[in-house]
Parts: sequence; C-alpha cells; structure tokens
Amino acid sequence: MAIAEQGPRFVNRADQRMWFERIPVHIWIIGAILLLLPLVANNFWLFQVMGWTFILGLIALSLMFLAGYGGMVSLLQMTIAGVAAYMVAILGTSGTTTISLGLSAWIVIPAAFIIAAIFATVAGALAVRTDGIYTIMITVAIAAAFFYFTRQNYTIFNGYSGFNLVLPPQAFGVNWRDPMPFYYLSLGCAVLSYAAVVYISRAPFGLALQGVRDNPRRMAALGFNVTAHRVAAYALSSVFASAGGILLVWQNAQIASNTIGVSSAIDVLIVAVVGGLRRPLGAFVGAFIYVLLQVFSPDILGFFGFAVDRFKLVIGIGFLAIVLFSPDGVLGLWDRWRNRTRAGENLTTGSST
Amino acid sequence: MNAPVPPPQTGMRIGGEAGAGHTNAGNALELRGITKMFGALAAISDVTLTVRPGERRAVLGSNGAGKTTLFNCITGDFLPTTGLIRFFGEDVTNFPPHERIRRGLRRTYQISSLFTGLSVIDNVYLACRGVSRHRFSLMRPRRDDALVDAAETLVNAVHLTAEKDRIVGELAYGQQRQLEIALALSGAPRFVLFDEPAAGLSPTERRDLVTILTSLPSHIGYIIIEHDMDVALRVVESVTMMHNGRIFKEGNPQEIEEDPEVQELYLGGGHD
Repeated sequence: MAIAEQGPRFVNRADQRMWFERIPVHIWIIGAILLLLPLVANNFWLFQVMGWTFILGLIALSLMFLAGYGGMVSLLQMTIAGVAAYMVAILGTSGTTTISLGLSAWIVIPAAFIIAAIFATVAGALAVRTDGIYTIMITVAIAAAFFYFTRQNYTIFNGYSGFNLVLPPQAFGVNWRDPMPFYYLSLGCAVLSYAAVVYISRAPFGLALQGVRDNPRRMAALGFNVTAHRVAAYALSSVFASAGGILLVWQNAQIASNTIGVSSAIDVLIVAVVGGLRRPLGAFVGAFIYVLLQVFSPDILGFFGFAVDRFKLVIGIGFLAIVLFSPDGVLGLWDRWRNRTRAGENLTTGSST
Repeated sequence: MNAPVPPPQTGMRIGGEAGAGHTNAGNALELRGITKMFGALAAISDVTLTVRPGERRAVLGSNGAGKTTLFNCITGDFLPTTGLIRFFGEDVTNFPPHERIRRGLRRTYQISSLFTGLSVIDNVYLACRGVSRHRFSLMRPRRDDALVDAAETLVNAVHLTAEKDRIVGELAYGQQRQLEIALALSGAPRFVLFDEPAAGLSPTERRDLVTILTSLPSHIGYIIIEHDMDVALRVVESVTMMHNGRIFKEGNPQEIEEDPEVQELYLGGGHD
C-alpha cells in the first residue's frame, strides 16, 4: 500500500475547483439516496438495519483510519466505543440509579468522548511499541481485560447485567430514539466522521501518518516523531469509535459486557476488511453487508433447512471469500471491475486514458 | 474533537538561512571514541572525528569499512555502544533521530528511501513539514502556504522542476537520487550526511550532482560517502579514510590522493 493510490495530489495549486466540485458523482448519488430513504423505508429498516449499519460503520471507520492510513491493526476499537457507551450510562441516567450519576447530557456526551480518548491514548501508547501480529495481540489482550473487568466489577460497571434504560436526551423536543430522528442522527454522525477522515487523510497529519505506515525510518529522518504520530492516531480514531459507541448505547437502550467482548472486536475487523481497509467508505460498505447478512441470513438459512442461528457461518464464508479473492475488500472488487470495463472501452474505441 | 497536542518544539528553524548564525558553536560535529558493536563484531571502533561548521568532508573506505554504520550512529538510527556525539556543541548521543533532524542534521540514503506513491512536490512538502511546526495539523495546506513555496524552491534547486507533479515511483533512477537530496535540504539544514549520492548515476547526472553539491550555501557543511573519486574529491576540502571500522588517515584531497598507503589500499583497488 502506497500513499495516495487514488484521488487528487496533496499539494496541487492548479486545481481551482471549489470543494463541493471535487466530490465525486457516486458520493452525491449515495448521499441523495440516504437523505431520501425515510420516504420509502419502514421503521425496521431505518432503525435496525441502517442505524446499526452506521454505528458499526463508525467503529469500523476508526479501525480503517488506524489500519488503512497508519498500518496499525487494532482490535481495540470496539472497546473504545464501549468505554464511551459505559460513560454515557454511568455519568448520565439509566435504570440502575444506584450507580448512574444522572448528569446533564451536555456534560455526559463531551465527558464520554474525552474519557474514551484518554483510554485510547493510553492503550495506543502501549500498542504502538509493537508491530504487526503483536499489535493485534496486545490490543486483543487489552480488549479482553476490559471485557472481564466490566463483567466482574459491580461498583462501577454493574457487572454482568450492565445498564438498562439508557435513553438519548429529549433535546430540541425530539425523541431521538424514534426511528426517523435516530436514522438522521446516526446518518449525520456517519457523514461527518466520513468527511473528517477523508479531509484529514490529505492534511499534514494524515499524510504524515501514511508516511509513517510506508517508511517510518525515513519519517524519523525527516524530523517526525513516529511514536507520537501513532499515539495521536489512536486518540483521533477514538472520536469516531466514541460516536459509534454513544449511538450504540442509545439504540440498544442498554450496555453490558457482552456488547464489547472479543468476538465483537473481531466483528469490527471483519466489517472493515470486507468493505475494504484502504478507504473510509469501505467501513460503511462492510457494515451494511454485515448487517444485511445478520438480519436476513436466518430467513435464508431457515428456507434451506439450516439452523437459523448459523448466520456467523454465512459471514465467515463471505469473509474467507473476500480475503481470498479481494484483499482490498468489496470496494477493491468494484475498482477492478470498473478498471476492466474502462480498459475494454479503450481497446474498442482505440482511445488512450 | 480532541486534537492531538504536538510535542514541544525544539531546535526549530524555518527558512534556509537561519543556520548561518550558529557558526560560533565550536564544531559542527564532534565524535569522541565512537564504537558500535553488533554482537562480538565491531562495525566501527574508537572513531574520533571533528568537523567545523561549513566544512565539507569525504569519508572513504572499502565496503565494510563502517562508513554507513558511522552515519547511522550520527543520525541516531543506531545508538553507539560507547562514545559521545556532539552536534553544534550539544550532546546528542542519546537523542532519537527526529530530535537530531530538528536541530539541523540531515541525511540521504545509499538506497533511495522515498514515498513512491506520492508526487515529487508532496515528498518535498512532507520533508519541509517534518522540520517545521504543525506536524500534527488537521487542516489542509492553503494555496499560499509558505511551506509549499519552500518545497517548490527545493524542487527547482535539485533540477526537478519539470517533474514536480509526477509520481515518484515513475521517475528515472537518477531523478530519484536528486529527490533524495532535496528531502535532505528541507527546512534549515546545518549539516548533511550524503550516503553515496552518485551511486548508479550516469556521467551527466554526476556532473549535475557536483553542481548541486558545490552550489549549496556555504554555511551548510556535509560529510559525503562516495566511491567515485571524481565526485568525492571535487566537492570536499578534507578527507577521512576508514578501514575495518577505524580511521587510518585524514588530510586534504591532494594529500590523500598522493598517499602511497591509500593508493595501495583503496585507489588502486579497481575503483574508477
């Protein structure tokens, strides 16, 4: 993977277009469809399918940012989301009034982001001293440790049962857990985060992060503090994971240790890899495919007479197929198909690219 | 958003001329008894070397003489097993590489170490950003960004103006070597280590390289490792000969060329 496989050059003074003119057509089309979806989709699609897609996509996006741009495969992102989710439950209101502090949402939400960022920074500082498989192992170890801690600690995390009745605030007279408001809320978070990642990837921080991924030794010889850059990437990735975590606790109205187990951490990796780790859009494409399989494979499996709880088998087979045939995920398949059709056009018309 | 806070800035100089005022700091580079062991093998042993600010020196020696290991010790890629390194009077022996770079040290690599997926100007911009502020900036550079100007000036200085927007992976080998030099001249270099910059270059490209090196501002000193005597002895005022990890002779180019021992060991050794 080299920096800037596609897209505009970083320093390009010749490009005089306005920012909105640079957004490619397919993004406009996807945006229009998503904006108008509530006109045609029912509540189940808006709340369960799309809401869960955006939440999972946000958490996968935070992994994509670290792995795709920084070369750090972290299995911590679900845990970071979990920290933010737990903070919303603990600092805000829940059914467990003996623990929850009941603070105002204006304090709770920023505090959840900040505490999750501190957690990500500390965990990241441990993880960046390792490479490759060891990064995966140390992040999985931290994820597992946090999972067991929340499961066994009753004074803060309320152990096995966790927190119920964690509801979003009734801000601006809207019940944000109604399907349509929740859809637009999660869509807004997803769009903002996606745009932020795209923007930052071409800003000095993002460019340097990709430089650190491709050639850390040279980056140090250019004056960059490689370790600090990696840790900062963890901190920044926590913003997207936290947004996903807060939406997650509101959508489920509860958070418990099961949500943030090691298998959930691996699911996030699967989502990001299936969609394509190289591009921010891949996180959401992967999440959409994952959620569709999760929601509809029981029906399909049942139709063919298999046990309906075997949907992970379907996902596993899909994951294997993607990794074998398209290491850069579904978006990579799309790229290759498009390049082939373009090459075909050029052959037949005789024009050059 | 919790924007990451950049670490405190030290030794930071923007613009090409800031280094000129530092010539009163005694020696540019001072090595005292540098030894680097790899297991039981001493790649370099007891190397003591001083270079004045603005001085240009060649380090010569056959393969395995320890020249590149010496560079790696100076830049901090390796910590020396024993010894002391001062850079403009400051003890940098245990500094990480990026701290030395921010103080005005630069290096090039024997095998080009570039960002091959980026354009020429992006590579140089990254190098300029590395030794200036806002390395952690989340804002894209504006059209009138001073560092973009600095990067364009550097691209011109190494004769790559026409290739500015090309992807580095597509450049000819010689052009990549020129870019390698541009990356080492970003910001306000005070001292540069050139590791075989002429390796693999054509005669024309070598002449170009000599022009680039001799036209550097006079306050920028350097050490050059180079096998091509036509290049090395034309761009330096002093020479250090290394053999088996030790310094065995120092002098000006003429003395070295005429030294019978050197001729036997090195110049007569089949090198062009």
